[in-house]
Amino acid sequence: MDPLLTGGIGWAEIGIVLLKVVVAFAALMVGVMLMVWFERKLIADMQNRLGPNRAGPFGLLQTLADGIKLFFKEDLQPERSDPFVFKLAPYLSLVPAFLVFTVIPIAGNFNDGNDGVVTLLGHETLMQVADPQMGILFVLAMSSVAVYGIMLAGWSSGSKYPLLGSVRASAQMVSYEAALGLSVAAVLLFAGTLSTNGIVAEQSGWRWNIWMTLLVPFLVFVVASTAELNRPPFDLVEAEQELVGGFHTEYSSIRFALFFLAEFMNTVTMSAVIVTLFLGGPAGPIPSGAPGWVQDYALPFIYFFGKLVIFLFMYVSFRATLPRFRYDQLMDLGWKFLIPLALGWFLFLTAIKVAGDQGWNPVVAGVGALVVILIGAALLRSSIRASEGAELEDVTAVGADAGGDR
Amino acid sequence: MGYLDGFKITIKKWAGTRTDSGRRITLEYPEQVRPKPPRFHGRHVLNRYEDGMEKCIGCELCAGVCPAKCIYVRGKDNDPENPTSPGERFGFVYEINYLRCIHCDLCVEACPTQAITESKLFEFAFTNRADAIYTKAELVVGDDGRPQQLPWENWDGGFDPAQDTSGWMRATSPGGNAEFEGIVAWAGELGYGVRPAEGGQPLEAEQRATRAAAHDDHDDHGGGH
Repeated sequence: MDPLLTGGIGWAEIGIVLLKVVVAFAALMVGVMLMVWFERKLIADMQNRLGPNRAGPFGLLQTLADGIKLFFKEDLQPERSDPFVFKLAPYLSLVPAFLVFTVIPIAGNFNDGNDGVVTLLGHETLMQVADPQMGILFVLAMSSVAVYGIMLAGWSSGSKYPLLGSVRASAQMVSYEAALGLSVAAVLLFAGTLSTNGIVAEQSGWRWNIWMTLLVPFLVFVVASTAELNRPPFDLVEAEQELVGGFHTEYSSIRFALFFLAEFMNTVTMSAVIVTLFLGGPAGPIPSGAPGWVQDYALPFIYFFGKLVIFLFMYVSFRATLPRFRYDQLMDLGWKFLIPLALGWFLFLTAIKVAGDQGWNPVVAGVGALVVILIGAALLRSSIRASEGAELEDVTAVGADAGGDR
Repeated sequence: MGYLDGFKITIKKWAGTRTDSGRRITLEYPEQVRPKPPRFHGRHVLNRYEDGMEKCIGCELCAGVCPAKCIYVRGKDNDPENPTSPGERFGFVYEINYLRCIHCDLCVEACPTQAITESKLFEFAFTNRADAIYTKAELVVGDDGRPQQLPWENWDGGFDPAQDTSGWMRATSPGGNAEFEGIVAWAGELGYGVRPAEGGQPLEAEQRATRAAAHDDHDDHGGGH
């Protein structure tokens, strides 16, 4: 809970909250603008091209120019679309993208038992817009709501390619949501709280979850988040070669810009969520002799931003390197690999944690859990094999019925 | 590490482009212009003889051969006192619609007097349909023999389109007969005189040489039998 809101709420508190909202919104907008530029420049470098370099120094204002262009373009609405839902969909995908960012702590001193409380204009507060007790569940909830934006956009367009794109999107995002949630569960096991501020505070002193949870949940989260963001190699939703533009085929002008914005905003916020969950958020070495503003604002923000850029770079290099998954490969990876892996690892970590709490031998508990997991994995594997064999038989049977021309 | 090899390539490319800008394959177009191939098919020019007379005789063969039907020509009898072209008639109206032209160069091949050739100019950024129809006033070369620069054409970046206004004719031998390769079979041009021939196609010359060498080898073996 934000210490700002624990006492009485007066005009000063409301003012500070409004200030934080405005600053966070502006910072995120500028961040998204720079992210689009960063992605285009980086990909250009990776493909021996120049990238945008006309608008502003180094092409920094290219996104702004594109935004202005999109704003003044004709806003087209297909005749057979559902007018209300068609207009609603872009906001359904933009608003959750921003709301996720509100629970991310972007600065504050978390060293030596501090819990990130800073003094802003004479009031104690946290460097995040809100710190609800359901913290990370809110992030998952919002990324689920974002599915509606994409799904309704495709459905309300009244056109077949967007519909196919949105069907893919909802299937993909719903299945990867499970893997995402299960890898978050592993983090919660160590943090013992859902609040993002609490999760970061728990990781202070280099007890970052990336190694506390033994790397696997981190990897699962990165893969699942890439799918959740619909970024390459999981961008089947937009699959230009097959579906024109996917769910936003029929969108133009500022509504398309909102989808575009939401997509990149999601990339930034998802990177911020990874940093918060696994890399200790704004935590890092802070010299105790430094002035207060350096300890509370400057250094933590630099650490946070540095970690963020690593993941933005990662997403961009994914896009530059990896070819798109086929739809069945995507589903196989999600349901048959990531979800069992996240679940098994959660079991393993739980065993060690319980052993530690009860005073059992953690090695025995860990090995026991691993054995159980391996047996489970073997069973899963054999059942997948069996079902694949059955599928093949079905296909051959159907082929024989149809005259064998399949 | 098969999965990570792809990342190795992109990261290597990234580092390479960052440290050595010469590896970038894109050019900053309005400032830099990529050199055009010798036989580039660009916008047409109507040539003139060295004495300033127009080469076009208004025969309409170009219009007849054009597969896109984009050329419109009307001939007219020359004024005997003050002729526009040497001969009986001249091209009175000459229009090319660049919304239709496919730059196939058949008009250049059909022309009996080398009046129409294609330059290396490639900028067709007009803003209305009327501008897309180039009239004779725009197509005929100026008094210095260079194509006229139209308002939307950008000739910066060390790019001299005038150097190769008739690349096609200087490249090929009449009738495709190798015996005529390198032999000049065209008249002089205003400002440039008689342009030299390109001297055959290097690739083909090379192929002929290897073929001849192989033939010699074969003869040697034949002698051994």
